[in-house]
Amino acid sequence: MPGILGLIPWPLARHSFEDYEKIVSEIKPILINSLPRVEGCEFHPGWIDEIKINKSAVDRRIASLGGRRTVKKQWQAAWLLKAISCIDLTTLSGDDTEGRVRRLCAKARSPVRPDILQALGFEHMRLTTGAVCVYHEMVETAVSALKGTGIPVAAVSTGFPSGLAPLETRLAEIRASVAAGAKEIDIVISRRYVLCGNWKALYDEVKAYRVACGEAHMKSILATGQLGSITKIAKASMVCMMAGADFIKTSTGMEGVNATLPVSLVMIRMIREFYQKTGQKVGYKPAGGIGTAKLALQFLMLVKEELGDEWLAPHLFRFGASSLLGDIERQLEHFVTGRYSAANRHSMG
Amino acid sequence: MNVTEIFETMSYGPAPEQSDYVQDWLKSHDKGFKLFIGGKWVTAKSSDRFIDSHNPATGEYLAKFTSAGEDDVDRAVKAAAKAFPEWSGLPGHARAKYLYALARLIQKTSRFISVLETLDNGKPIRESRDIDIPLVARHFYYHAGWAQLMDQELPDQEALGVVGQVIPWNFPLLMMAWKIAPAIAAGNCVVLKPAEYTSLTALYFAELCAEAGLPPGVVNIVTGKGDTGAHIVNHPDIAKIAFTGSTGVGRYIREATAGSGKKLTLELGGKSPYIVFEDADIDSAVEGLVDAIWFNQGQVCCAGSRLLVEEGIADRLIEKVKIRLNKFRVGDPLDKTVDMGAIVDPIQLERITTLVNKGADEGAEVWQPDVDYPEKGCFYLPTLITNVSPSNIVVREEIFGPVLTVMTFRTLKEAAELANNTRFGLASSVWSENINRALEIASMIKAGVVWVNSTNQFDAACGFGGYRESGFGREGGKEGMYEYLKTTNEWLHEGGASHASGGNSNETEDQIDLRQGQVAARADARKAKHARPAIEGQNKMSDSSLHKHIDRTAKNYVGGKQARPDGGNSRLVLTHDGNVAGRVGDGNRKDIRNAVEAAFKNACWSTATAHNRAQVIYYIAENLSYREKEVVEQLVSLTGVTKKAAKAEFDMSVSRLFSYAAWADKYDGLVHTPPVQNVALAVHEPNGIMGIVCPDVMPLLSFISLLAPAIAMGNRAVVIPSERYPLLATDFYQILETSDVPAGVVNIVTGDRELLTEVLAKHDQLDAIWYHGSSEGSRMVERESAANLKRTWVNDGRARDWISGHGEGRRFLREATQVKNIWLPYGD
Repeated sequence: MPGILGLIPWPLARHSFEDYEKIVSEIKPILINSLPRVEGCEFHPGWIDEIKINKSAVDRRIASLGGRRTVKKQWQAAWLLKAISCIDLTTLSGDDTEGRVRRLCAKARSPVRPDILQALGFEHMRLTTGAVCVYHEMVETAVSALKGTGIPVAAVSTGFPSGLAPLETRLAEIRASVAAGAKEIDIVISRRYVLCGNWKALYDEVKAYRVACGEAHMKSILATGQLGSITKIAKASMVCMMAGADFIKTSTGMEGVNATLPVSLVMIRMIREFYQKTGQKVGYKPAGGIGTAKLALQFLMLVKEELGDEWLAPHLFRFGASSLLGDIERQLEHFVTGRYSAANRHSMG
Repeated sequence: MNVTEIFETMSYGPAPEQSDYVQDWLKSHDKGFKLFIGGKWVTAKSSDRFIDSHNPATGEYLAKFTSAGEDDVDRAVKAAAKAFPEWSGLPGHARAKYLYALARLIQKTSRFISVLETLDNGKPIRESRDIDIPLVARHFYYHAGWAQLMDQELPDQEALGVVGQVIPWNFPLLMMAWKIAPAIAAGNCVVLKPAEYTSLTALYFAELCAEAGLPPGVVNIVTGKGDTGAHIVNHPDIAKIAFTGSTGVGRYIREATAGSGKKLTLELGGKSPYIVFEDADIDSAVEGLVDAIWFNQGQVCCAGSRLLVEEGIADRLIEKVKIRLNKFRVGDPLDKTVDMGAIVDPIQLERITTLVNKGADEGAEVWQPDVDYPEKGCFYLPTLITNVSPSNIVVREEIFGPVLTVMTFRTLKEAAELANNTRFGLASSVWSENINRALEIASMIKAGVVWVNSTNQFDAACGFGGYRESGFGREGGKEGMYEYLKTTNEWLHEGGASHASGGNSNETEDQIDLRQGQVAARADARKAKHARPAIEGQNKMSDSSLHKHIDRTAKNYVGGKQARPDGGNSRLVLTHDGNVAGRVGDGNRKDIRNAVEAAFKNACWSTATAHNRAQVIYYIAENLSYREKEVVEQLVSLTGVTKKAAKAEFDMSVSRLFSYAAWADKYDGLVHTPPVQNVALAVHEPNGIMGIVCPDVMPLLSFISLLAPAIAMGNRAVVIPSERYPLLATDFYQILETSDVPAGVVNIVTGDRELLTEVLAKHDQLDAIWYHGSSEGSRMVERESAANLKRTWVNDGRARDWISGHGEGRRFLREATQVKNIWLPYGD
């Protein structure tokens, strides 16, 4: 069964096949980014035209959700661990260096202090973040720092964050990042196509990106804060999925407004709609502005309610976040000790 | 479950709201709650019966409270009456401070109250905490504002006195707030009976009243069952009854208070439509259903219980509803992750089960999700019923449970017809992303509330209340304040001598003459009724100018035509001095039937533009003015008033027509801005078809004063003119005919006024009836109106000064219209 090892995450891959059955009973795999790529489908203008979104109703759903669902005690701890497993630990800054990226990767491998995991009875689970997300220039560094961990490296691409580099440049950037070892490519769409309602152009663009990605999984960033209306966000989501996006993602993190719950509700309803139409499961990645454990839980609850438990795993859900992990670590320590924690008690990423 | 297991299943754990401190409070009252009367906790006089209160989710005993008897109610009414002069006499600002204090206290104790409400009622803590209690506080804030502004904004209004209030169990404290806040803001004192299943929060509120320093007797809480409520309803010293509850009990109250002079508002049942067009945001519409029919276990009078969906999207929508319901969490209402809690009582659970089973027997397909729910306690799963038509019992009857029926429609018109195919008319929801479509159907639905792309939205600023058998009166808004006020000196005898007979130095002799004329006319009217047979046969030839012309045959006026009375008989009309003035048709029940039918057929008048109606009414005035000489002579000859007085009545009649032509396009609604991103259009809609029964006094002016506001607001009218002076109305036919009044808008039937009135009051197609006649007649009208709960406005035998300002204006316009609030949330 030679194919199996490819599906088994770190640290199982280091072991011989004979050890497999023994080890799998002790160590639970979390990170299985093994779904086949989303195929997408032909361009269906009718699927776009029929989309109707009522923003005030969406807002009310979100306003009441916080009161309808909550998790407490060990449920909260478990959900927060789930949130960590879904984080694309990210650094996207002009002053990124190799040293900074290596430090981030170390955090991705070991996101929570071992004694806390032990107290939670979770030490056997080999918790990591979902991915590390960097600019192209940092891909090689990250790949090497994460070697053997199974943690994929995601590269933002296509002239991130504006997406206004020449098309050939953008496509070349994708190919370069894939060649450098990125398993996931976070592309940015041309907002102008959405703003002008040029859905076919958007479809063609994303489809071209998808082809360039090869076997790498593609996350399609809508930059929702720049699209002007919630209905356009929904329509752009649908177009990206038709064009074969593996994930749809809210934001670059650079827009004035990044991931919000109402926008997320609309995007995941589109994912559900696309799944009902094509049977294909597209992932969701809210990014930017999710800095607290409490907010992260609300996102998870929203996904659970609207999409179902299957989406509560790193192959179908990610947080694009840099500071979220720190807050979750403090909350976990509080759950374990009953004492409010401090930032300096947890290692920097 | 350990962390790893949860990590894998991603299940929700329990999240119970803490309730021990509320249990402690209940334990501190373990001897049973007394009655809150005159600011004190008093033991029942006439009985020591206690009622037990249980937690419907667990069946656990919570507390016991007193069942008040007739003596206790009487004691409470006396305490309220004692407090009334001082309370109503306070400056508005002083009352506002008390209401503000109550609002603040509710906020300060909000979690306690929420937990208590959930323990007692079974509703999820989320709803008590996030919806009910914030709305309670909002209601007191809002009405603190009316208390403050009353002197400026309601200057001709005064409090009624002692108000009796009986409230239901579905929103115990919220309904209490809806009742008490406007009542005491206006200056009334209240005797309130909470529902027997859910009295605890009202008793806690009584403690808050004491803490706020509310003067003793302003708020009295008497607990008990239906008989306690009946004692309140029937108490002679109560000026007004406000009731929220079932249509059946509402009808009983209407009958019981008939003729008592008690003011009445009824918020009753509903079977509200929830309409989804193909261009709706379907996912949001599905979520809306959760807030519509699965809110508070469906025990909501305005619950969207009839889903009407455009046929092309029906399957998709139903599928989505099922997916949604399979994620429903039903269970312990104190758990913070529960969507639906417990049904209030085993009796209610039994009622729901029975109705759904009957529906299934009639062919309905009943679906429930496959979700867990507690085996013990009063729980009923959210239920979806398909394969039903309007004839199925589950579509017709209010179930008051978490049960949704689904029917399809093809066109907007059919959607409106299905929506209106009910005896109720409380609320409705409309889902469409096309504002043209949404507003068109909003105008067509017969209901007091239309929620566009939303549901179950409430705010103190927006009046709430129903059309048809959902009751009458509004709660909230300025219109809600009027329900707790009366116009100062509205009726002649109330004003005393200074008002009625010339204390006003500006009053002319003619006006006094006119008043004397009225009094004489009233006395004569009775005599003439009995004297008629004797006079007939011995009448002498009159030399009055009327008889110099060719004989005129006054028939009824129905559907724009003069129609011979069905019975083929006529009635003699006498002049004031006993001569024969002519004959009019002797109408019977079939003439009334035909008149209502004619009015029913002309629905366009109600949707005609206000400008159009104004033009017609101006034209009536113009055409009337051409006939001054003839009409004045007729008035003199018939009523015996002086020519000057007749001229004054005539002039005022023309002026009054002008007034209502003017009002037609000026009695505008309001735009409310409730505290959400929303506008609520408070539209003044006509009642529909109105019966108008005119008095004998000032027969021309009173006839016009009643008819003109009704038609100005878009009603179609069936008028029974003064029995003694019907010729003034029958002469009016030709004016109507020449004034472009569309057929069916005004229908006039002459004859035995009381007999005809009874037919009108019993007619279920009639939406409202105005009666100006005797006390007995008023009682009959109110009693007979109970069957379809038509709106009534009767004079209880009192006289109105038609020529004064009390003869026209907003008072009449309010009675001629009902407020429909159309909620329009916005955002893109």
